[in-house]
Amino acid sequence: MAQTLFDKLWDAHVVTDLGDGSALLYIDRVFIHERTGSVALKSLQESGRKVRFPAHAFGTMDHIVDTIEGRDDNTIMPSGREFIEAMRDGCEWAGIRLFDVNDSDQGIVHVISPEQGIVLPGLSLVCPDSHTCSQGAFGALAWGIGSTEAEHALATSTLRAIKPKTMRIHISGVLDKSLTAKDVIMHIIGELGAAGGSGYAIEFCGPVVDAMDMEARMTLCNMGVELSAFTALIAPDEKTIQFLRGRPYAPSGEAWANAVDAWASLKSDADACFDKQIEINIDTLCETVTWGTSPEHALPIDGFIPEPTGESTAKALAYIGLEAGSAIRGTLIDGAFIGSCTNGRLSDLRRAANILKGHHVAPGVKAICVPGSMAVKAAAELEGIDRIFKDAGFEWRLPGCSMCFFAGGESFGQRARVISTTNRNFENRQGPRTRSHLASPATVAASAIMGHIASVSDIDERSSDQLMSAGGR
Amino acid sequence: MEKFTRISAIAAPIVRENIDTDIIIPSREMKHVSKKGLSDGLFAGWRYSDMDARTPEPDFVLNDPAYLGTQILIVGENFGCGSSREHAVWALAEYGIRAIAAPSFSAIFRSNCIQNGVLPIAVDKTEIGRLAEQAVGGSNGIFTVDLLEQKILMPSGEKLTFDISQQDRQSLIDGLDPIDRTLQLSDQISAFEASRIGANPWVDLRVKP
Ligand code: SF4
Repeated sequence: MAQTLFDKLWDAHVVTDLGDGSALLYIDRVFIHERTGSVALKSLQESGRKVRFPAHAFGTMDHIVDTIEGRDDNTIMPSGREFIEAMRDGCEWAGIRLFDVNDSDQGIVHVISPEQGIVLPGLSLVCPDSHTCSQGAFGALAWGIGSTEAEHALATSTLRAIKPKTMRIHISGVLDKSLTAKDVIMHIIGELGAAGGSGYAIEFCGPVVDAMDMEARMTLCNMGVELSAFTALIAPDEKTIQFLRGRPYAPSGEAWANAVDAWASLKSDADACFDKQIEINIDTLCETVTWGTSPEHALPIDGFIPEPTGESTAKALAYIGLEAGSAIRGTLIDGAFIGSCTNGRLSDLRRAANILKGHHVAPGVKAICVPGSMAVKAAAELEGIDRIFKDAGFEWRLPGCSMCFFAGGESFGQRARVISTTNRNFENRQGPRTRSHLASPATVAASAIMGHIASVSDIDERSSDQLMSAGGR
Repeated sequence: MEKFTRISAIAAPIVRENIDTDIIIPSREMKHVSKKGLSDGLFAGWRYSDMDARTPEPDFVLNDPAYLGTQILIVGENFGCGSSREHAVWALAEYGIRAIAAPSFSAIFRSNCIQNGVLPIAVDKTEIGRLAEQAVGGSNGIFTVDLLEQKILMPSGEKLTFDISQQDRQSLIDGLDPIDRTLQLSDQISAFEASRIGANPWVDLRVKP
């Protein structure tokens, strides 16, 4: 029978069918971080259990660790040290490879897992972190779980799960050069709503996806969970294989050849049946930003803030401190953030740097760039991207989740309005009462320069104005 | 894990869509490597007008004395979306919440509920409205949630049946540790693993330097 990619991945991992649509699934890789993994390890230890397959488990320090130069186990978050130490002790006890605070391969879990070749097509991978769906971009069965489930996966190499339905999102059209995967996915969430993928595993496909590089595909899948989907997926292709070749934990030699053979079947059969099919055309897509407190509150950059439709949107407007009917473009900002597992990779930083080159952030705007991993940081520095950011007035940080979310340490401040490349504009997400607007790295860079929510085209215009006045002088 | 069969309790309505886990438990409230001590931070952003001073926000339903002892929440669509933090469920459970009725839940939050003996009840949107109406006034009306019969009995006497997967139902009723249950299948897991790795040696990292 014809199968979807998701069906194939699911079936390949069923240890036993538990009836009623659920199964005990074999878990090939578990990745944990100090925020939710530390408590899983501690609880495992206390219950006298063991990590069953330590060679297939990994840990990183990304969520709580500081991102300022010279960092150590002490953190701006008052009790951060407790998490870091518990994580380190737990990983040592379990015999798990840990990407520790100043490891040269440290970084955000969903950035370093592909960098290291830990995620591979056809594998099942879980992490007590909701954005694990990012890694579905490799054709892996990767999904986010809770701490107790992480404990379960570590102790048994399995998880019980209820099989979700399948949804195919076919994206057609041509992605304009000024736009990115971030604009695409924010637009889709705006269309389908924050619960639009609830109960589904989503496969993204179509010419736009085929044309995307792996980093863009990760951005796309990253926000699958903002549709409330079980996970997101993209079938592996030649780009996937090229990306993974030679990575530290990717197979090599004969095993690599075997793997590449096995991956060839990882695609939905031509006549496979999805529970839901959605067609998105992006020919008229514009830069996309959010106005409210849910990723579904997405608008084209030239859009106007909608009238509230109920209590939820009224509360969102009150929190964000904007008025219905006003243009989103031109809204003054206090901060700009570039980083996170959504947009903290090299291509993201390059895009932002292209805009920032020769410009400076507007007075009064606190601008921060946090590369997603040590490897991203090193690669960017080799290209001189760090200089462009610093010359433009951005802080250039050490890798971590940083101000993607507020752990109790750093924030942009109460009521500060921040334009951010992250994935969540929830109330208090980036700090108590902080107001977040999601956008692509290019849009964030442009806004930082302008001092208000702006389009990349505003910079082009400004640059040509400057050129003209310079030429006239 | 506490067993769940039947409870009779006050229900509180918080019928907003997309209540995310950052709202249920803000990150700054997750201060220690522990599953305990979290209920004080439950809904902190809504519950306290000043989070640091812990000044209660008078308009927040759980601060209304009529809702003291609430064990059931009636909420809007996509409850528990966002971060996977299980702390959200730990905080709810520690506060005393045993059942949550919503039109839909985020998948991770839902599983986290099952792991912790909290019953997630999927209820039609229109029926959420009915439940919420009856929950107005708090202690004036007691709801009974019966997992054995998969029914909610409202204060008015109306009944509402709900669906739940047999796996989840049984886990909640038995209250057994899910890891212990799975470890009983160890042989099967090892056999599966041997055949998976045998057929796909590239999956195995033990051979790596
Ligand atoms: S960067 Fe943000 S969204 Fe990504 S894993 Fe870290 S905290 Fe979560």
